[in-house]
Amino acid sequence: MAAITNSWATRRGIGALAILFWLAMAALPLLGKIYPSESFDYYMFMGQSMMVYAIAVLGLNLLTGFNGQISLGHGAFFALGAYVTAILMNDGNWPYWTTLPVVAIVCFGAGFLFGFPALKLESHYLALATFTLAIAVPQILKHKAIAGWTGGVAGLVLEKPDAPFGLPLSPDQWLFYFCLIVAMVLFWAAFNMLRGRSGRAMMAIRDHGMAAGTMGIDTSLYKTITFGISALYTGLAGALSAITVAYVAPDSFALPLSIAFLVGLVVGGISSLSGCLIGGIFLVLVQNWSQSLSDWMKSTFDLRYDVPSWAIYGVLLLLLMYVMPTGVAGGCGRLYRFITQRRAR
Amino acid sequence: MEFLLQQIASGLTSGAIYACVALGLVMIYVSTDHINFAQGEMAMFATYIAWALIQAGIPYWIAFGLTILIAFTGGLLIQRFILKPLEHAPVLALVVCFIALLSIFNAIAGMLWSYTVKQFPSPFPIGDPTGHGLISYHQIGVVAVTAIMLGVLTIFFRFTTLGLAMRAAAQNPASARLMGVRVSWMLALGWGLAAAIGSVAGMMVAPIVFLDPNMMTGILIYGFAGALVGGIGNPGGAVVGGFVVGVLENLVGTYLIGNELKLTFALIIVVGVLILKPAGLFGRVNVKRV
Amino acid sequence: MTNILEVKGLSAYYGPIRALFDIDFTIATGGVTALLGANGAGKTTTLRALCNMIRRTGTSVMAGQDISRKATEDIVRMGVAHVPEGRGTFAGLTVEENLRLAFHTRRDHAAARRDLELVFDYFPRLKERLKQQAGTLSGGEQQMLAISRALMLAPRLMLLDEPSFGLAPLVVQEIFRILRRINEHEKVSMLIVEQNAALALELADHVYLLETGRVVTSGPSSMVQNDETLRKAYLGY
Repeated sequence: MAAITNSWATRRGIGALAILFWLAMAALPLLGKIYPSESFDYYMFMGQSMMVYAIAVLGLNLLTGFNGQISLGHGAFFALGAYVTAILMNDGNWPYWTTLPVVAIVCFGAGFLFGFPALKLESHYLALATFTLAIAVPQILKHKAIAGWTGGVAGLVLEKPDAPFGLPLSPDQWLFYFCLIVAMVLFWAAFNMLRGRSGRAMMAIRDHGMAAGTMGIDTSLYKTITFGISALYTGLAGALSAITVAYVAPDSFALPLSIAFLVGLVVGGISSLSGCLIGGIFLVLVQNWSQSLSDWMKSTFDLRYDVPSWAIYGVLLLLLMYVMPTGVAGGCGRLYRFITQRRAR
Repeated sequence: MEFLLQQIASGLTSGAIYACVALGLVMIYVSTDHINFAQGEMAMFATYIAWALIQAGIPYWIAFGLTILIAFTGGLLIQRFILKPLEHAPVLALVVCFIALLSIFNAIAGMLWSYTVKQFPSPFPIGDPTGHGLISYHQIGVVAVTAIMLGVLTIFFRFTTLGLAMRAAAQNPASARLMGVRVSWMLALGWGLAAAIGSVAGMMVAPIVFLDPNMMTGILIYGFAGALVGGIGNPGGAVVGGFVVGVLENLVGTYLIGNELKLTFALIIVVGVLILKPAGLFGRVNVKRV
Repeated sequence: MTNILEVKGLSAYYGPIRALFDIDFTIATGGVTALLGANGAGKTTTLRALCNMIRRTGTSVMAGQDISRKATEDIVRMGVAHVPEGRGTFAGLTVEENLRLAFHTRRDHAAARRDLELVFDYFPRLKERLKQQAGTLSGGEQQMLAISRALMLAPRLMLLDEPSFGLAPLVVQEIFRILRRINEHEKVSMLIVEQNAALALELADHVYLLETGRVVTSGPSSMVQNDETLRKAYLGY
């Protein structure tokens, strides 16, 4: 199974598709120049969020999808990244982009350290440990001992940066490009890592840890480093989120965020890079869609009740899992193979 | 000393609740090999049904029995109609389905009964037998109910062939089929029983924390921790684990770091225990071969 | 002589891949039939297809009853006991629980209790290990447990998937001796899949040779044993 998804991810046609996708993304803000509209900045913001989520999901995917360690607590690393950026910008007056390397180092360190207890824990137990992380971090962020930096329950408000070099872009258009560049670099790096020796080692550990060990792979080292890299990715996503939203508060990093990453991962497609993008897009769209679907249902069917958007979200998830239990990427892969096999006959 | 006893007693009470919830989780785990994240919401939903029945004028214990029956049927139907098509799906796809179920139950409960907090009656007399405010009749009742459920479950899994068949079906479905076990129905039965246990837990919890659609969220986390500390495949262990977590939470909150971080610290201690004893306090390590 | 199992046009599939191509064969009542062939010939697949564990077409009739479309557990309940590849031990259950599982499937508990004694007659070693977690047994003991579990179902037909797999020669000989006794004393018909062709030919009275999902030839064991070209070409000795 793993072999199939990997060959699918690295197939040449997909590479061309990926380049096309990124080019199309890069062209998007230009649409605002052609068709100026008031809500265009909002669309740009949605685009930023999609990329932020895609990076976060990629981080989780490196750990869960490619290395087989489950995490229900990646919201914690997301929060860590967001707060490091926010505090540096707020207290240190650092330019927003200079915070990213610091975030990368801090989050890698945090993830690497967390990787050690995680070595001892498997499946359900690891789920609980990471779950703890998801619960703990918002509580710690609220704690009065560090409220001087974190702003406590109220959080921190940041300034949205303007486009540099006098580029004729609105802040949201510029941030879209900023996110796009970071996302491209991170996806490219992940692609290269997975394709090489370390990627194979990671996947070997996922598929059979004991056997991988007997092949001479230092499983502990790889697992802890993967945890670090995974946290680094998700932390950078958090940093971008702090910059684009221009606000951080503990409650936006609570358990539902970690769960959302997991949902994005599974819906997009486990062990698939394109799946991370799909997952990121899905997470943003589903928030908007379920509410508008709820409104639509109420007006069309003349209901007395509001159909709760969370119920619609749940039903959507169930349907998706029925149709594509291996995620959208996995489902498309199967469809692709089905079509090509039909043609071959 | 009096104060410490009081803290332990109140820890034991919340522990009994966690133990109840943990039992439901263990039930699902033992019979399906999965951890059901929607367990808490299913319990909450069943408690609302009990509330509605009592509101309709049905005596408590009849409503209690009816609710268990409804929950059992509901759990069975969920497995038959919602989860059965996914029997062969990857584990994480199932986890997402549990998350979906969780949000659906929560949202529908909110829609039907609103998010305002409701009182839920206790079947046990008011007041406390010690006269010191140490423990109330309801708290004793919760402990007793948990003990009874544990006893019944232990007998069921240890000494009945149906219980054995359910365990076999969860551990190795393919082999179980080759022994003539109707695996799919065993899974459905597991869901039914877990939902029934959950409904009892919900009805025991609700008089203490009051009824609202989010009442089980926090409790589920503790229940989950309790089940894992005790050993997720072991009902007795899960109950002890539930009590351990309950007492720990109270003592840590009172004596160490205050209420804000007590959940965090209790969980960190739990994880610490797990690192030292990866299969839980009473769990058996299953042998692995390459 | 009557046949306990008659199979016509059996094909099987793993996803889009076809693994069996219209296989026909019969198993004589009370006899031992062997399926031989190289790796990937479709031996295990045939056993799985018989029990409907994979997607299949074609008909299989057991003792006059069509079992082609029945669920695995119903086929088992009709008296087909499958000892799967890799033994299918319930590693987390004790030896006793592994065996007691049959009490869930069977109605005649008195007879099942007698069968339990019978199992201990055949495999006294299991009696010493009753309370032990099955996953901790040695490979040979696990194979014995797997055969015992099948025996507990009071089968009319046993499907054995490589009982010699990964075991020491002495243990293999012991197991095959016991299989012979089970066949003779309990009147259990057997279909056995083996890599160890010489051993299987000794136990079996009839042989089917499989290659890439098709039956190449079949006949009495003695025929294959005496035909050197056949042996060299398909069995490698």
